Amino acid sequence: MARIPTTHDPFNAVAEPKRRKIIEVIGTRELSVNEIIELLGWPQPMVSKHLAVLKKVGLVSERREGRQRLYRMDVGKLKPIYDWVTPFERYWRESYDRLDEVLSDIQKKEK
Amino acid sequence: MSEKKNKTVITAEPGKQELFITREFDAPRELVFKAHTDPDLYVRWMGPRDLITSLETFEAVSGGRWRFIQKDKNGNEFGFHGVYHDVTAPERLIGTFEFEGLPESGHVILETTHFEALPDGRTRVRTQSVYQSVADRDGMVAAGMESGVVDGFERLDEILEKMK
Repeated sequence: MARIPTTHDPFNAVAEPKRRKIIEVIGTRELSVNEIIELLGWPQPMVSKHLAVLKKVGLVSERREGRQRLYRMDVGKLKPIYDWVTPFERYWRESYDRLDEVLSDIQKKEK
Repeated sequence: MSEKKNKTVITAEPGKQELFITREFDAPRELVFKAHTDPDLYVRWMGPRDLITSLETFEAVSGGRWRFIQKDKNGNEFGFHGVYHDVTAPERLIGTFEFEGLPESGHVILETTHFEALPDGRTRVRTQSVYQSVADRDGMVAAGMESGVVDGFERLDEILEKMK
């Protein structure tokens, strides 16, 4: 299998499924490498490698606390990617959410 | 509106010319179908909240035409049009769809929507959209969106929601 090239682009960074998994696992928390390794059950070098890419593109920020390094998401960096990927999905999600309202409106009037 | 929202699922397998949009509604099939074919109802829900939709032509019968324009806050207008190939109440709609904002015309999509009655007066709406090429499809859904990516981004959506 071809190696995934190290990248400076946040868009490519989230194209790699393992890195998306890391993003999901960190979520709204701040975690140490050991905690991430434990939650994912992946070998340490794999986690570190992907964390390094996420850090490099600024999606994840690192903070030292004593001997530990703690990681958290920089959501501001994630938002443009999210907005770019999902207009089509959002178009239909919002349309159908509005249709819910129209349908419930008609049903109330019929009763 | 206390009930939990149903989920809109978009499936676009890599390398294919089609995609599927599936959604369930807590309303009977006749009503959901009517909301798709009655112009006064249709205009109330088609498109996201930040766009105003106006129907120019709306003939929801076999062989009929349709065209609508959506306007955003900045005054930008987006036109769409197509024909109804087959309208079979209350179970199926087949028609074409073209976005007028592309650099060249002729990129037409064939859409088939099935309305399936579910127990407890609910309805499943499933639309198959067939594009002329894989590139056309991927262009529409913004670059190779596959289900895994969508799943991931749905979870990101929740994360972003919490961090607001």
